[in-house]
Amino acid sequence: MDILGKSIIQLQDLISSKKISSAEVYSYFMARAKKHNNDLNAFLTLVDEQTIKHDGDMAGIPLAVKDNFCTEGVRTTASAKLLEDFVPQYESTVTQRLYDNGATILGKTNLDAWAHGSSTETSDFGPSKNPWDITRAPGGSSGGTGAAVSAYLTPAGIGSETAGSIRLPAAWCGLVGLKPTYGRVSRFGVIAMGSSFDCPGPMTLTVEDSAYLLQLIAGHDPYDATSSTEAVPDYLKQMKEKKKFTIGLPKEYMEGLDADIEKRVRDALKVLESMGHTIKEVSLLPPKYSISVYTILQRAEVSSNLARFDGIRYGKDRTHFGSEAKRRIMLGAYTLSHGHYDAFYTKAQKVKTLIIEDMQRVFQDVDLLIAPSTPVTALTLGEFHKFAFFGETMDALDEAAAVAGTPAINIPFGFDSQGLPVGIQIMGNYFEEGKILDLAYQFEQETKFDGVIEKGVKNYE
Amino acid sequence: MNKYEPVIGLEIHVELSTKSKMFCQCSANYFGKEPNSNTCPVCLGMPGALPVPNRQAVESTIKIGQALKCKINQHSKFDRKHYFYPDLAKGYQISQYDQPIAEHGELTFYDKKTNEYKTFHIQRIHLEEDTGKLTHADGDTLVDFNRCSVPLVEIVTEPEFRNSDDVKQFLEELHTLIEYLDVSDADMEKGSMRMEPNISIRPIGQKDYPPYKVEVKNINSFNFAKKAVEFELVRQAEILDRGEIPAQETRGYNEDKQETYSQRTKENAKDYRYFPEPDIPPMVFSDELLEKIKQTLPELPFQRFTRLVNSGVSPAFAIILTQNVVKGNRFDEIFSVRKSLDPNLTASAIVNNRISTDISVAEAADKAEELLKPKETDTGALTDAIEKAITANPKVYEDYKAGKTNSIMFFVGQVMREMKGKADASVVKQALEKRLEQ
Repeated sequence: MDILGKSIIQLQDLISSKKISSAEVYSYFMARAKKHNNDLNAFLTLVDEQTIKHDGDMAGIPLAVKDNFCTEGVRTTASAKLLEDFVPQYESTVTQRLYDNGATILGKTNLDAWAHGSSTETSDFGPSKNPWDITRAPGGSSGGTGAAVSAYLTPAGIGSETAGSIRLPAAWCGLVGLKPTYGRVSRFGVIAMGSSFDCPGPMTLTVEDSAYLLQLIAGHDPYDATSSTEAVPDYLKQMKEKKKFTIGLPKEYMEGLDADIEKRVRDALKVLESMGHTIKEVSLLPPKYSISVYTILQRAEVSSNLARFDGIRYGKDRTHFGSEAKRRIMLGAYTLSHGHYDAFYTKAQKVKTLIIEDMQRVFQDVDLLIAPSTPVTALTLGEFHKFAFFGETMDALDEAAAVAGTPAINIPFGFDSQGLPVGIQIMGNYFEEGKILDLAYQFEQETKFDGVIEKGVKNYE
Repeated sequence: MNKYEPVIGLEIHVELSTKSKMFCQCSANYFGKEPNSNTCPVCLGMPGALPVPNRQAVESTIKIGQALKCKINQHSKFDRKHYFYPDLAKGYQISQYDQPIAEHGELTFYDKKTNEYKTFHIQRIHLEEDTGKLTHADGDTLVDFNRCSVPLVEIVTEPEFRNSDDVKQFLEELHTLIEYLDVSDADMEKGSMRMEPNISIRPIGQKDYPPYKVEVKNINSFNFAKKAVEFELVRQAEILDRGEIPAQETRGYNEDKQETYSQRTKENAKDYRYFPEPDIPPMVFSDELLEKIKQTLPELPFQRFTRLVNSGVSPAFAIILTQNVVKGNRFDEIFSVRKSLDPNLTASAIVNNRISTDISVAEAADKAEELLKPKETDTGALTDAIEKAITANPKVYEDYKAGKTNSIMFFVGQVMREMKGKADASVVKQALEKRLEQ
């Protein structure tokens, strides 16, 4: 039977009702991945000839996992030449929890090297291509997962976001992408980028799949001291509560956008109002502050996190760092240096506190926030060379939630005039993924995302 | 040397004897293990591995802070200290920068040379992870990460030591304190306690700190610490006498040559690019927790010392009974069952190994009582024994008569042997003096 475009939940139903076997499902995706990966460069490593589990809800269902999640016995590179031959002896908590539920990892997906970027173009193994137009970038840094899911080489995947690295590729590839609250999902085994921002999260075809995968991977991890002990709610249940929300539209997030994107957001607001939700214009600190804070803190952490690659282990020395990593190390080391620390790092921490307070203030008035996920739709490959801070510019609208550590989801909503998917984000307060999923699910039921998902999976029929 | 005043501060590293390492589940007991066998992704600093702090280590550090009368910072955190060295797996050491667990403490002890009480101040106490170990052999350098991430407490004193005797005794007293707290095996041989004196000198009368500092690294004996300080004081005085300023540097100590040697010159203050460790949330210690830990503090060495002295034990014996926990406990045990004994004589008997620490408390008390009982001396037998000794040793007798009065001790020994110990030595001596003067 043709399973093209089936979600995880739909595939589970087909497997449990014996309409298809888990082995057949796995073979279907492996065949597609092998067939199309040369065009898309979504996977750096395909995990062939593995034993398919028959136990667990995820049995037979293969996932794409970003190649910065350590996988025991499976090469893990973070798309960096320096780790080209690195095979971890340990499993990340996220992939372990997926395995524990029977899932299979189809392959490890491309990203910007060390997750430094927003297009996969800094990958030491070449960029991934956007399945909607292979002359364009899929976004990043979780672009390989975005391309793989968008082209339906896997039904869903796992990405990680430091600021925008799930939402942006989800927006550019026309997918649902959820960045959970910082600490909701363990970072153990995720090759650190910005340690105080990194959040693993799902990238899926449906809101339900995102809720489902979050359910599997969320929760306290004794191996991650920053993981939250807050109880994990039933997301699939919360998703279906059909609450009527007061939704804030931060006016500062509607400036400097592509006209098409602004129009799609306004359209979405009309739909939400017609569904009985209340839209309220609110004011947040302009995104430019988040960019500064995020850039300084993230670079500082990057310069520290990459210090371990000192040439003594992993077989390759520091000359193997790409230019983006080198730039970030230098900038980070500078901001942490004696005489500069207070001017940069300390000040950035103070502004971070202001951003958190700003978010908390707004969430006293509204349940959720809505905004575009990106200022532009997918750019052509090579564009990133024109920007000194490409990632920060592309992720400008995603950085406040990243800095505050609050959750947000990208959902697609129709296309721009070039036929490229447009992404809209719903942001919530700490640990309110349930509310976000509830609104996203209602919107999905109402609009079918204006056909983005349905059209997307057919790009590679 | 009398032109200059030493300015010496101490840094002492103490490895904690927790079950597991500071940030992972590997054993903290790395001693004697096959190189790199006591490691995991966390202590090897592998990508994606995360540190989770060891509660026991944090509590032990609080305990040390409390024992040294420090202020415990109820808000504390870990920081990353960056430098590149092959034994440092992550390119940074997880340490503590501006919010150490404890600050502003002191240690008081009785100076056995000057017979006065001395107090030295503690600047800070922080918790960090130990590094790996390098072995240089045949032109290669080998790295062993077994020790990497073993919990390490750093105790920093104020730079207020002015001589090597104080340095040595402070270190001994601190070592005893750590033993009492039972938080480290404090084994100097294994390097569980390592000392680094920071030494400089200034002209007498100068109030400002000298414009340089010499750090002597990784000394693992109290005597070496004393000798290294003494060597440095002379070396630095010679340089100042020439009108030069000693280099700001790190030096090692050569035990055989008994001298320090230059290891690394610090041209500028090192920039460690400290920043808060993002992988570990800040720590908050409640009043209840601090109180709970305080309740676990044993009687501390200085408390024991003053208690012994107050009970009548001489300071010299009290110092030994305090430093030697086994003997100190023996003293307390005997007095718990036999309160009537003379404290100082009992202390003397224990210090001089006349009461075994291996026998039961009751036996020890009996032994003490027996030793302390004045001996009854049979005067008739004594006279016989004295005559016998003199007759048998005419040469010694003549020596004595010729003025070599020390030879009386030879006769005391002879007589005591003849009496088979059934005599009081002082009575014997008195009787001998009387007879020999005849």
